[in-house]
Amino acid sequence: MSRPVRRVDALVVGGGPAGLAAATALREGGAGSVVVVEREDHAGGVPRHCHHSGFGLRDQHRVLSGPAYAQRWADRAVASGATLWTQTMVTGWSAEGHADLTGRRGRERVEARAVVLATGARERPRAALLVPGSRPSGVFTTGQLQRWVHGEHLPLGHRAVIIGAEHVSYSAVLTLREAGVRPLALVTRLPRSQTFAAFDLLCRVGLRVPVWTETTVTGIHGRDRVDRVELRGPDDRRRHLAVDTVVFTGEWVTDHELARAAGLAMDPGTGGPACDAGGATSLPGYFAAGNLVHPVETADAVAVRAASVGAAAAAWLRRRDPGPVAPADARRVRVEAPLRWVAPNLVRTDHRSNQPVLLRSGEFLDRPRLQVEQGGRVLASYVLRRMVPNRSHHIPSDWCRAVDPGGDEVCISVSSTR
Amino acid sequence: MSGDGGYDVAVIGAGVVGTAIARQLARYRLRTVVLERSNDVGSGTSKANTAILHTGFDCGPGTLESGLVRRGHRLLAEYADVSGIAVERTGAVLVAWDREQEGRLDGVVAKAHANGYLPAHRIDTDELYRREPGLGPGATGAVVVPDEWIICPWSTSVAFATEAVAAGVELRLGTEVHGVVDDAGGWTLITTHGSLRAEWVVNAAGLHSDIVDRQCGGGGFTITPRRGQLIVFDKLARPLLSSILLPVPTERTKGVLVAPTVYGNVILGPTAEDLDDRTDTATTEGGLAELMEAGRHILPGLVDEEVTATYAGLRAATEHRDYQISVDGDRRYVVAGGIRSTGLTASLAIAEYIVEQMAHTGAVLHEVDEEPTIPRMPPLGEAQRRPYQDDELMASDPEFGRIVCFCERVTEGEVQRACTSAIPAVDLGGLRRRTRATNGRCQGFFCGAAIAARLADGRP
Repeated sequence: MSRPVRRVDALVVGGGPAGLAAATALREGGAGSVVVVEREDHAGGVPRHCHHSGFGLRDQHRVLSGPAYAQRWADRAVASGATLWTQTMVTGWSAEGHADLTGRRGRERVEARAVVLATGARERPRAALLVPGSRPSGVFTTGQLQRWVHGEHLPLGHRAVIIGAEHVSYSAVLTLREAGVRPLALVTRLPRSQTFAAFDLLCRVGLRVPVWTETTVTGIHGRDRVDRVELRGPDDRRRHLAVDTVVFTGEWVTDHELARAAGLAMDPGTGGPACDAGGATSLPGYFAAGNLVHPVETADAVAVRAASVGAAAAAWLRRRDPGPVAPADARRVRVEAPLRWVAPNLVRTDHRSNQPVLLRSGEFLDRPRLQVEQGGRVLASYVLRRMVPNRSHHIPSDWCRAVDPGGDEVCISVSSTR
Repeated sequence: MSGDGGYDVAVIGAGVVGTAIARQLARYRLRTVVLERSNDVGSGTSKANTAILHTGFDCGPGTLESGLVRRGHRLLAEYADVSGIAVERTGAVLVAWDREQEGRLDGVVAKAHANGYLPAHRIDTDELYRREPGLGPGATGAVVVPDEWIICPWSTSVAFATEAVAAGVELRLGTEVHGVVDDAGGWTLITTHGSLRAEWVVNAAGLHSDIVDRQCGGGGFTITPRRGQLIVFDKLARPLLSSILLPVPTERTKGVLVAPTVYGNVILGPTAEDLDDRTDTATTEGGLAELMEAGRHILPGLVDEEVTATYAGLRAATEHRDYQISVDGDRRYVVAGGIRSTGLTASLAIAEYIVEQMAHTGAVLHEVDEEPTIPRMPPLGEAQRRPYQDDELMASDPEFGRIVCFCERVTEGEVQRACTSAIPAVDLGGLRRRTRATNGRCQGFFCGAAIAARLADGRP
């Protein structure tokens, strides 16, 4: 059935820090009508459910709780003149590329001159990690746990194990303690914790929650409620741990359904759409921002980078005003193992961004020498102090200007470590 | 039949077979009660199968199962059409991966024909890869089975039970049968909630049907639960295949298949492991690894997509090859046991057959005057128009425009409906099977807490 189409300059899908920052920047960059679509009851995204402090350092220049931080961004976007539609979800794209929306107002179809996808990331749940066993209740992701405790105030268990030892895993420790649940251990398949040394120390010594390294969870058991987990440690040692709560933390994957449905070229490393420093994807007019393209950064880092995507989208709209513009030739940037991903992962010849490039490693690396090359030509090389899995490391982006637009794809690899 | 305050028929078990029998009995002037030990219908073996509407092309020719599956396919397809139970007419291709398997394909076609299913035919590999370009390399031949379809298993038991209850059948959930006494003129059933009397007992207790059978004085079979582990892949894998991809079956099992589901996912499985424990629906490291290996071979693109869920179901296998169905008019006892993976397809035919046999062996059946009302089930199929796409429904109630489970696009209106329907959802499992809520790729990351709170506060 054909339905009336609402026309807007920019449609931002997702009202978390990325979408709100991009929308604000779009408005500040001169875009006329900017609509942010948020499927939850309120805008603000993941920080809305993180009730601990530490938000806003890099973008709001103060320290806020998650909900307060989320509210500030929602207020800023609205103050900039963007329109916020909550409890509304983009469910797909029509044949003409218009967005199909469902919300309490019914269904709508929106034609946007520019689309910014800011659909974020989620933690991989137990099933995606193929953890066998029975299917009792008491198995969470951090996201669900936070909403469970702070959003709905639902009862929890008594003894928990946390799978993962990256930043968000420590957030799960705090949430569990607040709910009166004793976290028995953090379990990571990697040889060390991946968070900041201070967090690690505070958790191990201050809260007396140990980190069990080189350990994987090989089974979850219990009939109605979890009663134990089975763990496999170094040297294949197996042990059982009596718990009633299991929290799977981190292992972020992008929520890329709409990006894939739109036919955007995807980056095999990040799992998000391939995009350049301005968030421009393989399809003209489609931009991507936030943890959809770098799973995941802290909210303030997300907002700062997403603001530059919003600004780039606004500039694109201004350039487009006389007529459609073809984006400059883009080269793919890929990484070699043990590197996991790079963002941005498209380079265009008109590169203007001075944002650093984000790199992830799958292994701990000590003084890695990173080499950026294109068709055998070394564009740059950097030595980092170290690389830690599940944490981003920055390299400068000046080599982007040296990329040959007609050349091969660009490759970043580790040429040596100490 | 009887009028002494007891029931005419007590059906033990509210799986897909038990509810189908109850629905069939509801067409007659009988006082029928259904006793189910769990708190929902269709919550045992019936909920965790491969969700295929079988033709029976690979049944043992001449068996009861062969005939009932064939008739059941037609009956259930018609019923689904009227009730809105999701069905997709995908067809199946049975793929040979080496010369030995290829050599058995003519036998597969011959067996299908012996089962009275004539449309099964061979195709060459060019045609196979044209139909299924995502298939892994190395296939040597295939048989097409056009009428192997996919169906929503969850709505089926609920629909049968809803229809039966609307026609006056009494459904007692959370009621386990502890003992059965055959005394003069009837049966006394001792349950967790007191005892009751019934003239006839129908044993449709699935995995426990042999235990109930022995309590009732039978003992012709023993259930050995055969566990089938399955992996559900993300909806983004759905375009990788268009039909059900079957392996060449062996003596013991139909083997590992890859199939679309009506919910828009792709399933891979099942394993086949004989167990002693009738409750062990756990997945195992080895089982999941075996399936991933098979999946990589059959449909290589599949393993690059995310896994949404894993589960295991238990098939009620016995030492016999055929269904264990018998109707004993003298003792007024019916057993429908040993019904394995084809039970969903055959359910309506099994019910029809049993009630016919009851009439032949002395049960006095008078048809009721009213035509049965087939309930209209919520559209759970991805190929159906879901509430979030339904302007009329949203106009009637804006709660159908409020999506609460994002991955599966389930609306608040649907949750409300599931909690207030004739056989309402009473826990998360029941809600999942009636709406798909929390079944998606995030497994509750976004909506799990809100849905749990929704169930906890008891709000309709």
